Amino acid sequence: MTVSPDLDRRFRDAATTLGLIDVGFDVVDSPIGDLFVAASDRGLATISFDPDPEGKLEQLARIAGPRVLRSSRSVDLARRELDEYFQRRRKSFDLTVDLRGLPPFTVTVLEQLARVPYGETTTYGDLARRVGHPRAARAVGTVMNRNRIPIVLPCHRVVGSTGDLTGYAGGLDVKQTLLELEGAR
Amino acid sequence: MMQTVAIPPFERFYEEYRAEVLRLLRRKLGADRAEDAFQETFLRALRAYPRLDHGEHLRAWVLTIAQNVAVDTLRRARPTGELPDQGAKDAEPAYAELAELTDGLGAKERAAVVLRYGYDLSYEQIASALGSSPDAARQAASTGVRRIRRRISS
Repeated sequence: MTVSPDLDRRFRDAATTLGLIDVGFDVVDSPIGDLFVAASDRGLATISFDPDPEGKLEQLARIAGPRVLRSSRSVDLARRELDEYFQRRRKSFDLTVDLRGLPPFTVTVLEQLARVPYGETTTYGDLARRVGHPRAARAVGTVMNRNRIPIVLPCHRVVGSTGDLTGYAGGLDVKQTLLELEGAR
Repeated sequence: MMQTVAIPPFERFYEEYRAEVLRLLRRKLGADRAEDAFQETFLRALRAYPRLDHGEHLRAWVLTIAQNVAVDTLRRARPTGELPDQGAKDAEPAYAELAELTDGLGAKERAAVVLRYGYDLSYEQIASALGSSPDAARQAASTGVRRIRRRISS
C-alpha cells in the first residue's frame, strides 16, 4: 500500500507549519538547472547545483538536527527570492543564512563576501585583505570553493587577480551566466 | 565504547516506514480514518524524534505510536470508552516474543513492557511513543510487570 501524494504532502505541510522540523529541503527549478535548497528556522542552509538529496541529508542533520524532511513549504521564501533574482527583479537577498557548524574564519570570509555588490566582481586577494589576512588568498579560494550557499552568498562575484573566472562549484559556464545576468560581464 | 545505531535523518525514517504504518492503520481503522491517524502518527514521531538516543528498533517504535493513535481514535469514536480488542493476533511479528506474556494487559501497559523489556528503550522514548510522561511510562511498565508476575505465580 503506497501513501498517496496528497496524504504525503499534507503530512509534510503540517510538519512544517507546526514548526516540527529542524531543516526542510526541496528541489527548486531555475534557468541554470534544478537546485537542491535547504532551510532551517535560522535561514537558508544549503543551495547545491546537484539536485540529488543523496548524501546531503546526513550533512544537514549534523548541522541542524535529525528532523530533516522534504518540504516544499519550508523553502517557499528562498524559492521566491531566487525566482526574482533570476528574473532580474531582485539585486540583493533578504534571506537570512544558517552558517552553523562552519569555522570562524569561514564565517568571517562569507560575511565579507555577502557585501560584494550585485553586478560587481572582486578578487580572492582583495577579499583576503578585507578580512584582515592579506596573504590568505588561497584560503579564501578554499572557502569560496566550499561555499554551502552559492548564488545568495555570491562567490560567483569573486574572480582571479587577472580577471579569470578561475573556478565554480556549478561550473564556469554557470558562473559566467550569473555574472552576465547581473550585467557584470 | 559501545557502538549504537545512528539516528537517520527523519526523511529516511519516514520513507522507510510510511507504507507499513498506513497499512496497519487501515487495517485497524479503515481507509478514511487511517489518513488522519497516519498524519498524527508521524507528527507524534517528529515531536519525539529529537529525544531518541539511538536509531535502534525504530520500526517497533513507530508501529507502537501508530497502534496508540489507532486506540485513541477508536476510543474517541466510542463514547463508552470501550477499548478495541488488543489480542495477540493483531501483534506485529516484532512483538511476538513477549506477546503471550503480555496478553491480557491494557494497551499502554503492554506497550510499555514490550518497549522496555523487549526493545530496551528508555522511559523517555517509551513516553514519546505513548504520548505520556517518562514517569507515567515507568509506572505503566512496572504495573504491567507486576500483573504478569501475579499471573505467572498464580
